[in-house]
Amino acid sequence: MSRSGKFLLSLAVLALAGVAAFWFASAPQPLDDAALAELEGGDAGRGEQIFWAGGCASCHAAPGATGDDRLVLVGGVRLETPFGNFVAPNISQHPQDGIGGWSAGDLGNAMLRGVSPAGEHYYPAFPYGSYTRMKPGDVADLHAFLITLPEVEGKAPQSEIAFPFSMRRGIGLWKMLFLNDEPVVALDNPSETIARGQYLVEGPGHCGECHTPRNALGGLDRGQWLAGGPAAEGGGRVPNITSGEGGIGDWSEAEIADLLETGFTPDFDSVGGSMASVIRNMAELPSSDRDAIAAYLKAIPGHPDGS
Amino acid sequence: MKLFAYAAAALTAMSVAAAADALEDRQNLMKERGSLMRILAPIAQEKQPFDAATVLDALEKMNANAQATTDVAALWPEGSNTGDTESSPKVWEDMAGFQAANDKFAADTAAAVAAAPQDLAAFQAVFRPVASNCGSCHEAYRM
Repeated sequence: MSRSGKFLLSLAVLALAGVAAFWFASAPQPLDDAALAELEGGDAGRGEQIFWAGGCASCHAAPGATGDDRLVLVGGVRLETPFGNFVAPNISQHPQDGIGGWSAGDLGNAMLRGVSPAGEHYYPAFPYGSYTRMKPGDVADLHAFLITLPEVEGKAPQSEIAFPFSMRRGIGLWKMLFLNDEPVVALDNPSETIARGQYLVEGPGHCGECHTPRNALGGLDRGQWLAGGPAAEGGGRVPNITSGEGGIGDWSEAEIADLLETGFTPDFDSVGGSMASVIRNMAELPSSDRDAIAAYLKAIPGHPDGS
Repeated sequence: MKLFAYAAAALTAMSVAAAADALEDRQNLMKERGSLMRILAPIAQEKQPFDAATVLDALEKMNANAQATTDVAALWPEGSNTGDTESSPKVWEDMAGFQAANDKFAADTAAAVAAAPQDLAAFQAVFRPVASNCGSCHEAYRM
C-alpha cells in the first residue's frame, strides 16, 4: 500500500473509531433490573400528590385547562425555545395516542432516565433532568395514579426542532454533561423540613428548569441555581427566588408558602404567565409541603439576578 | 415638504410619549390594585378583623379602578408593548379577549360594591370572584 493509501486508511479507522465512540457514549441507558424492581406496587392515592408536585398538568393538560380538565392529559402546550418548538404529547391512557400501554418501568425509564419505551432519548424539554432525582417509589405511585385517568383520543402536533438538535442521538452527549441524580445544593445537616423541600424543588417540582439560567448547550448553570434570568421558553424574565439581590430575601417563609397557595406576593401582586398554573398544582399539596419548599428556598445560597 | 417631515416627526414623538404615558398610567392602576388588595385580602383571610366601612371603601376604590381600566385601547395602545412592561404580547394579539377579561373584572367589582357586605361571610362570597381575576388575567396576558 502506498503511503497516501496508508494515511487514508488510518484516517478512515480514526473516523470510524470516532463514530463508534459517539455511538457508544450517546446510547440511551435504561434502568437495570434492580431499579425496575423498585417500581412495583405503586399507590394511586399517594400518586395523586406526586402528580401535583410534578406539575404534569401544566404541560400535558390542554393549554389553559382548569378544574377537572387538568386530569385530561391530551397534551398540546407549546414550549418555544432557542432549540426548537416543543409540543407536550398526549400522556392520557389512550393506547395509541397516549401512554395507555405503559408499565411502571416504562414510566420510570422516561422520568428517571429520559428514555422512551422504544429505547430513544427524550428531549430535556421534558424535565427528566430534575425528575431523575425522584424516588422510584414515587414514580411507581404516580404510575398507579395515571392509570386511573381517562383515555383521550388525539395526538398533539409534532414538535418542530431545528438541526442539529433534531438528531436525537446527540441528546446522549447532553445527558453525559448535564444529567445527574445527585442533589444540586449541598446542605449541611438539613432539618427534615428542609430536606423535604430540597426533594420537592430539585426533584419532582423541577423549579430549576425555569428559575435557573441555562448555558449555550441548554444545561442548567448550577452556579446560579434558582437565580432566575432570561426565560428559556416564551419571553420576559424569570424571577430570582434565592435570597440574593433582586430575589426574595425579604420574604418570610410564611409569605413564600402563601404565594405557593394563593398566587399573591407579599405586595399582593399576583403571579402570571406559566407560574399561574404552577400555583394551581402547588395549591393541591398539603401545607406542610409548601412550608418545606419555603424553608428550602431560605436555606440555599443567595445569588444576584441570573443572566 | 419640510413641514410635512416636521409634522410627521412631531406626531411620532407624540405617539411615543403617549405610549410612555399609557404605560405609566396602567402601571399606576395596577399598583393601586395591589395596595387595595393589601387591605382586602387579609380581612378575607381572617388575618385582620372585618369592618364593613373599611371594606366598602376599598371595594369602591377597586371598582373605580376597574372601570377606568376597561378603556384598554387607551391604556394599551399600539407601540406601548416595549420598554419597561410586563404586558404579554398576547394583549395585542388578542385585544378582544383582553377587553373581555377587563370587563369581567369590572363587573365583579361592581357586584361586590352593590352587595355592600355587612359581615365576613358576605364579604368573602363577593371577594372570591373579584380576586380570582388577578391570577386568570395575569396567566394569559402578563409575562
